[in-house]
Formats: sequence, C-alpha cells, structure tokens
Amino acid sequence: MSAHAESHDHHDDSAPHSTLKGYLMGFFLAVFLTAVPFWLVMGKVIPNAQTLAVVILVFAAMQIVVHMIYFLHMNAHSEGGWNMLALMFTAILVVITLSGSIWVMFHLNSNMMPGMSHDMTEQQAKNLP
Amino acid sequence: MSDMNATPSAALAGNQDVEFWMKEDHHPANGTLLGFWIYLMSDCLIFACLFATYGVLGRSYAGGPTGAELFDLPLVAINTTLLLLSSITYGFAVLEMQKDRRGTMMAWLVITGLFGLGFLGIELHEFSELIGQGAGPQRSAFLSSFFTLVGTHGLHVTFGIVWLVTLLFQVGRFGLTPANKRRILCLSMFWHFLDVVWIGVFTFVYLMGALP
Repeated sequence: MSAHAESHDHHDDSAPHSTLKGYLMGFFLAVFLTAVPFWLVMGKVIPNAQTLAVVILVFAAMQIVVHMIYFLHMNAHSEGGWNMLALMFTAILVVITLSGSIWVMFHLNSNMMPGMSHDMTEQQAKNLP
Repeated sequence: MSDMNATPSAALAGNQDVEFWMKEDHHPANGTLLGFWIYLMSDCLIFACLFATYGVLGRSYAGGPTGAELFDLPLVAINTTLLLLSSITYGFAVLEMQKDRRGTMMAWLVITGLFGLGFLGIELHEFSELIGQGAGPQRSAFLSSFFTLVGTHGLHVTFGIVWLVTLLFQVGRFGLTPANKRRILCLSMFWHFLDVVWIGVFTFVYLMGALP
C-alpha cells in the first residue's frame, strides 16, 4: 500500500520519464531509416520496382517501431499494460482493414471489369458514364 | 484458490488489516494519458481507412497524371526532415518540462511550432502547385484519395499547432501546473503520432507512388 500512496505525491507519475539519450537515439535512428529509403528511390539504386517497394516498406515498419519506442515511450508496462493492449488491438484492425480492402478491391477490379485494364487510357476515361 | 481462502482466515486470526496482493503495476493517478492514447488509436483507424482507400485507388489515374510525374521528392524529403526535427524539438521541450524550466520549455515549443508551420507551408505550396497544374482532387480517383489522405494529415498538423499555441498561452499565464504538464504530454503523444502517420504517408504515397 505504501508504494501506491507514494505515487500520488508527484502528480505525473504515470508519465514516462524521458531522457535526452533516448530522444537522440530515436532521432538518429529515424534519420537513418528515413534517409535510406529516399536515397534508394531517388538514386534508383534497386532496379526492380517490386523489390524496392518491399524494402522501403520494411524500412517504414522499422521506423514506426523506433518512433513508438523512443518518442511515444511504448513498453509493455506503461499504464499497466493497457497502452500496449490498445496498440495491439489497433494494429490488428489496421492490418485487417488494409490487407482486406486491397485484397477484396483488387479481386473486384479484376472480376467485374472484363476487358478493361486497371489503368484506363484517356479515351476509355472519357467514355465512362 | 488456497491463497484466497488462506488470506482472510489468517487476517481474522491475527486480527490484522486484510491485505490484498495484486501483481500488477500501480494505477496512474488519472487516466487522461491512457484515454488520450485510446483516442490516438481511434485516429489511427481513420488513417488506416484512408490508407486503404489510397491503396485501392492509388493507381487509378483515369488517364491523368501519375504520382511519378507529379511528386517532387526533394520537397517531400525537406518536409519529412521538418517534421522529424519538430518531433525531436518537442522531445527537448518535454525534457525541459521535467526539469521545471518554463522559459526553455516554451522556447522549444515555439521552435516545434515553427517547424510545424514550415511543414504546412510546404504542403500547401505543393497542393496549390498540383491544383494549378490541373491535378486537383477532382481529376482522378488517385488524386481524390491522395488529397484526402495527405490533407487529413495536414489538418491534424494544423490543429496540433492551434493546440500548441493555446498551450503556450496557458503555460505563460499559469506556469507549469500539473494540469498543464498533463496537457503538454498529451500534445507530445499527438505530435509524435502525427510523425508516425507521416512515415506511412511518405513511404506508401510518395516513395511508392514515384516507382514505375
């Protein structure tokens, strides 16, 4: 009980105690993880577009994790674990929304518009109702 | 089960206060930060829907200009830099807040706001260029979803700046009170969250849009 009572003394106890080191570490990692994808795309380093897309998506995912840990101070213990639970729930919903939409709509496109390629020509676009 | 039975009887026998042992982290004094985090997660779902929309429509050019033709990557790189710098300067503001240094904290907040304004200025410049070229939101499904997604992010940054200015006045008037500290931490989460969303935007929209 005493540990619990003490926590009321300083009001912002629930707040994470940030450190300069943490912020700088996060910043330099973020700069690196931003600069590399821009360099890869602008310098046309990887000729295969699909490989390049996968590589930059992996860099984005890594940078999101870096931001979560160093800037948003995410860990399994903040707010008694509820922060992490909400994040996990949201991440699952985001994955379902993104992959589900793209998957379903891709199939609708290919099944419901026979003879019409995904990228319309100018003429086809003008003929649309 | 045996523990639950044992504790009250032991307490009664020894005539002591009943103690409950809960193996969890202590509850914070108030739930504002958790509540704000849940708001951010719901905001995250809004952006997920907009990203999904862009993912579906992003290559439907309707014979109009493509992302590779329109996007000015060096400008996007500058914008990304500005937002990332604003994230670290907000971090410095939080560090100063923890040390109860009001003046330097407000200075870092002002710098953060200026970076945010720079970001918005470049984004508005980009939008007006696109609309000027006839590549407005009504041109194609790709551009509609592009303007909706990037515009919603820009709108968030705008409101973040409004909030930041409000907080500057609050802190200037009332000082670093517990309530103001809590508000600063909420805005900190909001601001860093916007930077996280921007990672998705510059990767998924700009960099991947520029690929052939």
